[in-house]
Amino acid sequence: MTDTLALSSVSKSFGGFRALDTVDFVARAGEVHALLGENGAGKSTLMNIACGLYAPDEGHVAIDGKTVRISGARDAAARGIGMVHQHFKLVPAFSVLENIMLFNPGRSPSEVASKAQDLARQMGFEISLSDKAGTLGVAEQQRIEILKVLLAGARIVILDEPTAVLSPEEGRMLMGLVRKLAEAGSAVILVTHKLHEALHHSDRITVMRGGRKISETTPEGMDPASLTTLIVGEQIIEKPQLSKAVGPIEVELENVTLSGESGRKGLVDVSFRVRRGEIYGVAGVSGNGQNELSAAIMGLSFPSSGRIGMNGLGDVSKRGPGYRRRHGLGCIPVDRYSHGLAGRISVTDNYAVNGAMAGAYGGWGYFKRGLAQAAAREAVAAYDVQGVRSLGQRAGLLSGGNAQKLVIAREFEGAPRVVLAHSPSRGLDVRAGAAVHDRLRAARDRGAAVILISDDLDEIMLLSDRIGVLNSGRLTREFKAPAERGDIGAAMVSHE
Amino acid sequence: MSDFLLNWLINIPGFAAPFALAALGLIITERAGVLNLGAEGFMLVGALAGVGAMLNGSAPLLALGGSVVAGMLLGLLFAVMVASLRINHVISGLALVFFAQALVSFIASAERWNNKAIAGLEPVFLGQDVVIFAVPVLTLAVLWLLNKTRFGLSLRAVGENPGAADAAGIDVTAMRFAAIVIGAGLIGLAGGYLTVAVSRIWVDTVVGGRGWIAIALVIFARWHPWRAVLGAVLFGCIEALIPRIAATGADVPRYFLQMTPYLATLGVMIWAALRGSDRWAQPAALGQHHIREERD
Repeated sequence: MTDTLALSSVSKSFGGFRALDTVDFVARAGEVHALLGENGAGKSTLMNIACGLYAPDEGHVAIDGKTVRISGARDAAARGIGMVHQHFKLVPAFSVLENIMLFNPGRSPSEVASKAQDLARQMGFEISLSDKAGTLGVAEQQRIEILKVLLAGARIVILDEPTAVLSPEEGRMLMGLVRKLAEAGSAVILVTHKLHEALHHSDRITVMRGGRKISETTPEGMDPASLTTLIVGEQIIEKPQLSKAVGPIEVELENVTLSGESGRKGLVDVSFRVRRGEIYGVAGVSGNGQNELSAAIMGLSFPSSGRIGMNGLGDVSKRGPGYRRRHGLGCIPVDRYSHGLAGRISVTDNYAVNGAMAGAYGGWGYFKRGLAQAAAREAVAAYDVQGVRSLGQRAGLLSGGNAQKLVIAREFEGAPRVVLAHSPSRGLDVRAGAAVHDRLRAARDRGAAVILISDDLDEIMLLSDRIGVLNSGRLTREFKAPAERGDIGAAMVSHE
Repeated sequence: MSDFLLNWLINIPGFAAPFALAALGLIITERAGVLNLGAEGFMLVGALAGVGAMLNGSAPLLALGGSVVAGMLLGLLFAVMVASLRINHVISGLALVFFAQALVSFIASAERWNNKAIAGLEPVFLGQDVVIFAVPVLTLAVLWLLNKTRFGLSLRAVGENPGAADAAGIDVTAMRFAAIVIGAGLIGLAGGYLTVAVSRIWVDTVVGGRGWIAIALVIFARWHPWRAVLGAVLFGCIEALIPRIAATGADVPRYFLQMTPYLATLGVMIWAALRGSDRWAQPAALGQHHIREERD
């Protein structure tokens, strides 16, 4: 059997950094091939070469045994390679049909419409072609993406972290769809960092680490522990540790209602309490009010009704972020590069901004740079922020894990009594994620009340002492750890 | 009184047409995600080209063709700045207006085109000239181009989500180039119409801020061609009213009357902002550059 897609001895460097080092990779028709690895392992770079966005420095790409040079996205599509990106490439203001047309130029709308309906039916789902793409749920948007590349004639389908945004149930459905694609004769490449997807839904597994291919194997005979060892090069297994000492109530939300952006659900009557020395996990499929909840707690939006109480301060729901931070709130926002750090200014300035606002580095008219630098140097060492060549270096140059460590170093500097962490390990690899989790546990153990909002159920299960489930803007269920993963998952997707 | 009304009505289309043409050009440009603050500049070069052609013995329609070409040439410069060199859209647009103001004033005085009457475009039917009748046709053409063609689909995709367009294999830079040049041609035509059909004379202030009003009009129209034409008629009504009121000898200060279009612009902008639904109508990538990520 010939390989549908074969990349041989492919290397790629970015400004002296070797992102790929002589990597071989093959995808065969009828197979699901899982590509596993941490962030920065080179998975995305390899796939971008396969779909023509990058040209390899060395090595070559072959389709059906013939060496080819893919010149760009349109060329890749013409050669039967379809990529479903992690961040969907849909135009929200366009209808589903227009989005499909955009990717299938030169065909009549009626022809595309009927083919799309047929194909969707074969795959076992229904689509409404006149709906605006922006109004669809993520799972539906993803199906449109898949449909789009299949209609363009893709025989090699690359799915980049496809389940990252899906609920467990939606993820299972997608894996069923992936299997159908393979059975229909496509070569499917599943880029993922979820071990169980590779183990249960693929025919072949390639593991990458540090730009090299570490292993190519089949799921038989592998288990999560042995795969983890291959991925990170050592074993990192986190175990839940429940709180030892829970104190009085530190923060309290009472019937908080907040309208979201037009067309999106906000929060409806959300109430929960978090005590000192506990981690309260807020689980839910993303887009069910997490951003609004996080904004309400940080003080970025004010609820239209209800109250947010902080111990000793009374209702702070109409107080801005400055007030809340001065009185002991620390925040790890979801997007560390837009709300956590200012990427274009230095590590020192990013770290010192809190202290400077509090007057730690001189008064209104003068900034004592030396003091700030000394504090930043200490914090960088204490929080193990790697990759800081100088303190004057732009914070945007830090990798995801180290940028997050810098945010945590700053936020935990004043030992906040309330900590809000929103998807703190999103986009981080196993090792960096574990380091972030350790910091959150340490904050809890010194008596902080920690609110953890995350759409990663594993992260919630691992850290939380109690768990609330956010569904359509309401806090529908509460669980006490240890809880059943299946029960929480069911509460996340139920339509009561 | 009926004389007053008739006189007013017959003059509305002539005042409305430049706004409509400029707004259509702006809509094409901005639906591709290019914020175009240079409208006043495109109108100025179009207006001067029209006068220049007429003074050199060209027929009125040919002169208007010259206005289109002049607008497109300045559009090429704007396209190189924002689409190729990725200079900030706002700065580029403003710089272009100041450049165009100086350029037309220089050429007009060097060629001694100031204050010379030209023959102008003659009415063909109901006291209206041929451009007036072309406006609805052009509006339909723009609608068809945007909504019914592959070119229009690609253009709108570039304005809404250049990343998605790029992934679909559309050349974002080329699309924006095309949108700017086509749009600039229409805005140049609007300027040409002002001199060739309306004022029939060149003075440096002939455009008089109508480019800026057109920009406000597009926001008011939420980037939709028919609504833009409607808005243009509204402003045409106001503008056509000013000389009529002055002619009746009513005791209204002249400068107050001349201020009304700008007051109306402010009013329209505030009304649009208060209604608040505009973030959904504005092309999502308006004013944004697209740079493909080199590293994730």
